[in-house]
Amino acid sequence: MSLWNEFKDEFKLDVLKEVGNIGAGHAATALSRILNHPVDMSVPTVSLVPFEEIADRVGGAEQVVIAVFLRVEGDAPGNMFFIIREDSAKRLLRNLLSIDTEDGAYSDMELSALNEIGNILAGSYLSSLADFTKLAMTPTVPSLAIDMAGAILSYGLLQFGQMGDAALLIETKFLEDRDTVEGQFFLIPDPESFEKIFRALGVPGS
Amino acid sequence: MTELIKVGMADWKIASSGGVLKTTGLGSCVGLTLYDGAAMIAGMAHIMLPSSEIAREEQFNRAKYADTALPDMLDAILAAGASRRRLVAKLAGGAQMFAFAGQDTMRIGPRNVETCKMMLASLDIPLIAEDTGANYGRTIELDSATGVLTIRSIQYGTKEL
Repeated sequence: MSLWNEFKDEFKLDVLKEVGNIGAGHAATALSRILNHPVDMSVPTVSLVPFEEIADRVGGAEQVVIAVFLRVEGDAPGNMFFIIREDSAKRLLRNLLSIDTEDGAYSDMELSALNEIGNILAGSYLSSLADFTKLAMTPTVPSLAIDMAGAILSYGLLQFGQMGDAALLIETKFLEDRDTVEGQFFLIPDPESFEKIFRALGVPGS
Repeated sequence: MTELIKVGMADWKIASSGGVLKTTGLGSCVGLTLYDGAAMIAGMAHIMLPSSEIAREEQFNRAKYADTALPDMLDAILAAGASRRRLVAKLAGGAQMFAFAGQDTMRIGPRNVETCKMMLASLDIPLIAEDTGANYGRTIELDSATGVLTIRSIQYGTKEL
């Protein structure tokens, strides 16, 4: 399968890392403005992850996470997740709306605020990426879920499911104080989108 | 101590003599179980997509698709000593985790459930219980000693089928 061979190519992996860097860089800036404190960002990782292991990236299949999901439409379609831990979500809500949430319970107002934060961050990720690649990339209306990581992330794998048992994902972590994870971004381009991204960025041979 | 057998995504396993089958984090995926109570043999499949007709890979994993996983698991459970006449099925999962209008891929959960039901009907295996659809993730366990299917979700806790 030619797609999988692509990712043995270090140069192409570096190009995809840069994609994560640009997108998440802008999103991190947006997040630090919302939070009113500095947010660091990890070096993006690009990896071909077996379906079975994808939930391990966020603490295991049964780990409860808050996820904003959007579908990327346009020239290079794909799936995007913004995942935040519950304590980070609470801090976001406190800074933004001055509300203290009780454990595990979120009002419609709070959920809507979290959804909107995901929307803003994903929007800044995608628009910077679209500017850089000159590809049209528009997010759908975001959808929020608080549930098991396995149940949520498997949704982003369906397009890859028809092709194999692994998905390529571009992951960036937002960090606070260098080690506390604030949130994570997953961009999972559809299998067909890689050629377009490579071509748009002038990768030789694409 | 009971033996816990983990069923991964796009995978199926058979258990007997008190072994417990478990699969975690079913979203749009479907957990399909077969059980022969007299022989105390159980099977569980974690199915991801409805039909292998959409496979774009040459050598595909048959456990991933409903239309190939069920016949394979049926062969294996019969080979392990279950009786075809006594087999009963239960279904869980097939949720629609995110609501988007008009997107076909996003209806994959309900389609997984529909295909499993069609396959079961064509193989003449009765579906005796299900907890499918809605919009939340599920973790399921099937005890081969009793045939009880335990379903756990974040919002609704634990229930038994």
